[in-house]
Amino acid sequence: MDTYDSAGLTPRQRASSGLKDYFVGVTPLQKRLESVRRQNSFFPTPSRRKILQCSQLQEDVDPHKVAFLLHKQWTIYSLTPLYKFSYTNLKEYSRLLSAFIAAEKQKGLAVEVGEDFNIKVIFSTLLGVKGTQRDPEAFLIQILSKSQSSHEHREDKVLWTGWFCCVSGDSLLETVSEDFTCLPLFLANGAESNTALIGTWFQKTFDCYFSPLAISAFNLSWMAAMWTACKMDGYLATTEFFWSVPCSPQSLDISYAIHPEDAKALWDSVHKTPGEVTQEEVDLFMDCLCSHFHRHFKIHLSATRLVRVSTSVASAHTDGKIKVTSSSN
Amino acid sequence: MSVLRPMDKLPDLNRATVLLVSTEDALLQQLADAMLREDCASELRVHLAKSLPLPSNVNRPRVDLIVFVINLHSKYSLQNVEESLQHVDSSFFLGKVCFLVTGAGRESHCSIHRNTVVKLAHTYRCSLLFCDLEVEGFRATMAQRLVRMLQICAGHVPGVSALNLPSLLRSSEGTLLEEL
Repeated sequence: MDTYDSAGLTPRQRASSGLKDYFVGVTPLQKRLESVRRQNSFFPTPSRRKILQCSQLQEDVDPHKVAFLLHKQWTIYSLTPLYKFSYTNLKEYSRLLSAFIAAEKQKGLAVEVGEDFNIKVIFSTLLGVKGTQRDPEAFLIQILSKSQSSHEHREDKVLWTGWFCCVSGDSLLETVSEDFTCLPLFLANGAESNTALIGTWFQKTFDCYFSPLAISAFNLSWMAAMWTACKMDGYLATTEFFWSVPCSPQSLDISYAIHPEDAKALWDSVHKTPGEVTQEEVDLFMDCLCSHFHRHFKIHLSATRLVRVSTSVASAHTDGKIKVTSSSN
Repeated sequence: MSVLRPMDKLPDLNRATVLLVSTEDALLQQLADAMLREDCASELRVHLAKSLPLPSNVNRPRVDLIVFVINLHSKYSLQNVEESLQHVDSSFFLGKVCFLVTGAGRESHCSIHRNTVVKLAHTYRCSLLFCDLEVEGFRATMAQRLVRMLQICAGHVPGVSALNLPSLLRSSEGTLLEEL
């Protein structure tokens, strides 16, 4: 609010803003409201986004743990801050959650029948999966089934995996008070019934709320541009875009695949400042792809909706499913 | 004529003409029907166009208000509007042009960020209206507003002229952008 006041104001507006200054920042709730309003009006589009330089946190990352996060399809949910969550009580939470799941399954609410009820739940922290030092640590939940037979006791089958993380959430972290841990992103892989069970337990224990996160076409184009910008060595998959044409009675799907080298070359010719991605560059990148398509097929891709983006680094669908294939990014 | 001018024809008695420009044909048709259903003291004419420039061989009355409809779900509609704006004479922008944005309700389908259109309206100093034209009730309300605006632009409302419209319709976001 300070920078806003210093711009030229008429006397009438200055009087009312003086009153506003007096009330701003009095209680945490009002501080939160002010910052939300500030975010919505003053920083509308992220016209510049920094490409994450996560090299300083690479040492903390356990490559073995992170490796199994790759090549899985994750459904993403957005999560409100968790109340009174502490990283020291992870064992306690594992015990409570496994008891809860066992109780729910015995009530007959779970869909699968004939499954062994020896479920083990493990909570663990994922070090290094965060953007800045201020972000809270990510943590992982796994549901394993304890195998019955004795000679298979080494490997427990992983039934369901879910992890919570927060990456570069600076603007959110300002407004959160001390009792709350802010981990807004939740990714789940596994049976839908298990996700629902975990969700219910978390909502009851930590007073939070899950909601499925849909990725808009606008954000998907940003992701496509930023992932094409990543330097990839080794495995290169085709860069693909899927568009959905809204026409009745059935919707048409257009898939547009390009060689990753060409995509990278196009991005390099568009990209100016290293370390930052701007809105104009993303728009130009997408417009080049669309006009190329138009030249060949006379179809305006800009009138359709971008539904899925798949690059060598990761792929994302508008319904909220993402898959990460590269560990270095 | 390649450029649309506000004052190059004589006005007809008690007649008000609005030009709706957009690539979204179905929505425009529905909006036009809603506007014609409104009770109005003046005689209403609604013209629909996909883009400007308009073909010059047709004899048409003087246009009092131009409404550009942008659908946030399709970047193509925004590009079309931006190209059409070049064919409008600058004196039209003294209150006789309005931007109507639809599709903001379904966030996951949006290809354009809302603030792109806010900046566009701010650059041209025109009023910006948001409405979900697919919903019947919202469409009827918006038709009422547009008919009232059209009457002002045609000069049928004593005491209010088209020049007053941008400042009267300015929302709080517009003021914040200007003061930055």
